[in-house]
Amino acid sequence: MAERKKKLLQGNDACVEGALYAGCRFYAGYPITPSTEIAEGMSVRLPKLGGKFIQMEDEIASIAAAIGASLTGLKSLTATSGPGLSLKQECIGYACLTEVPLVIVNVMRGGPSTGYPTGPSQSDLMAAKWGAHGDHPAISLAPQSVQEILTETVRAFNLAERFRTPVMVLYDEIVGHMREPITLPLPGELEVIDRAKAACRPEEYFPYDDRYEVAPLAPFGAGYRFHVTGLNHKQDGFPTNDSNIIRANNERIMNKIENHKDEICLNEAIDLDDAEIAVVAIGSTARSARYAVKEARAAGIKAGLLRPITMWPFPDKAVKELGSRVKAIIVPELNLGQMVHEVERCSKKAQVTGIHRVDGEPITPAQILEAIRKHK
Amino acid sequence: MSGTAVVEKKERVSVPFDYNKYLRPNKLPHIWCPGCGHGIVLKAMLRAIDKTGFSKDEICMISGIGCSSRTPGYVDFNTMHTLHGRALSFATGVKFANPRLKVIVVTGDGDALAIGGNHFIHTCRRNIDMTVVVMTNATYGMTGGQYSPTSPLETVATTSRYGNIEPPFDTCEMAKAAGASFVARGTAYHTLELEKTLHDAIMHKGTSVVDVIDACPTYFGRANKFKSTTHLMDVVEKDGTVNVKQADKLPPEKLEGKFLRGLLHKVDRPEYCEQYENLVMEKAKAK
Repeated sequence: MAERKKKLLQGNDACVEGALYAGCRFYAGYPITPSTEIAEGMSVRLPKLGGKFIQMEDEIASIAAAIGASLTGLKSLTATSGPGLSLKQECIGYACLTEVPLVIVNVMRGGPSTGYPTGPSQSDLMAAKWGAHGDHPAISLAPQSVQEILTETVRAFNLAERFRTPVMVLYDEIVGHMREPITLPLPGELEVIDRAKAACRPEEYFPYDDRYEVAPLAPFGAGYRFHVTGLNHKQDGFPTNDSNIIRANNERIMNKIENHKDEICLNEAIDLDDAEIAVVAIGSTARSARYAVKEARAAGIKAGLLRPITMWPFPDKAVKELGSRVKAIIVPELNLGQMVHEVERCSKKAQVTGIHRVDGEPITPAQILEAIRKHK
Repeated sequence: MSGTAVVEKKERVSVPFDYNKYLRPNKLPHIWCPGCGHGIVLKAMLRAIDKTGFSKDEICMISGIGCSSRTPGYVDFNTMHTLHGRALSFATGVKFANPRLKVIVVTGDGDALAIGGNHFIHTCRRNIDMTVVVMTNATYGMTGGQYSPTSPLETVATTSRYGNIEPPFDTCEMAKAAGASFVARGTAYHTLELEKTLHDAIMHKGTSVVDVIDACPTYFGRANKFKSTTHLMDVVEKDGTVNVKQADKLPPEKLEGKFLRGLLHKVDRPEYCEQYENLVMEKAKAK
């Protein structure tokens, strides 16, 4: 058996590895800190594989080009940070409604506005969920390590292809820029999902065939001449004013995610079985939390950590279960209070406390340990 | 628009053209107002496409938002109705990802030059192979007749009741300056000339821009006191333009305030997708 390659990589480099592993063959982007290394990496690697890299004139054009490329059948990626995410929102909504598979990487930096481009942040959690007008589905994955950026980028492509929807890989600047030794997976080792192919005759093809929850998507140029529009549409892709169809379609694009939460949600649980005090954290903050929980255990405190690897849809079930049996839940996050409200919504019994930091510095294990001790 | 109707005089078009070959008849009637030139432009475009020999499967027609941007819904190609101003960016992704597709972007002057102005100049600069048909009616028709980036000075519109004070863009000059390798202008009035211009634009390798003057009778015409649609077409499209081939023979005073029609600019310049394949991919593979 072939030997797995070990490499010392930066988080953003691992994202490139993951995207290529998943079969990504199109990248469009615009330079922005702290995500630019993804564009740089893709510009070197894609042309070697027959893939396409283009630096567009702005963030909007980048995601629009990626959506266009995806409609020709290529797995497509765009990456951004901070203000770039704000600009991409219009097209995120378009990809949600037109059901075009796409992966967007958002390496979170301090905000609002230009904010703190080189500082870490977790202040786009709500933007990842709600960032686009209108009701729309959201899947966001939140890796905490260089290795996990690779595997979660692969999973992001899989979910995008499986559900015909944009998926965001969401990590903070610390995870994006830190270097760790990682193991590159062998071909075939990780699951790679491709979108369902249209098998019917072209004249019978509907891009939003209502016999399916997620209809097969034919590529442009393959003989299936169909229409794509950002207007509310019927199963044939053409605009409609029929209120029943508009309602059914709006509900379906939400439900195709909601109904498969168990398949999408992924959490890591550490020392939670007998925990009395739980920490819920993601990304680099979860790394501090892991250390704090270990220290607390060493001091005889029954602490544990729940780490959502899927940020959206939020792991309601896991947090509800946790909230029903622990005394307190601590939610450290690099923002002024975002995930803490989700945790509050899900846990009726446990006392929920946030730890928030927006000075461009990470939350330390000591900060979390102190909070754990207070609740003892 | 339906059936095999032929509006041209018999001596000009001898065989009735079958528009239905390219239309989605069950998506008609279209949304355009009586007197609007968009249907004339569409017909000229379909005749031009027919002459290019491209199959329907090879063509991808992409638009943004606005009256003219409804065109892709009516035609039987790979079609995409995208976001306001962004058609060229989506089109760049489609073309670059699959260069075998013949990409035609149908857009309006507000879509292409105001909200999409940045995408317009950068598409021209890259010289990526696609045809951009800008239907210029100096109006935001879909939203009820506001002034646009091509509205002449003093134009009365629903957002310029006291007259427009913003100087208009010259679409062709801008396309040329930004690097488009084929730039031409036509009007809905000169329909056969437009057909030829569109055909040449589609056959051109690189970014081809065709500015089609196509006045809006409903908003621009009424607000600016034109008596009728034909009056508006006569003034704006017929008398307001001169074919570039005749322009040389005319004294400067006869050209004042008039737009030139026909092929205005054509150069051979490396095309983006070919450059990527020949330079970037080759070098990357050698490394």
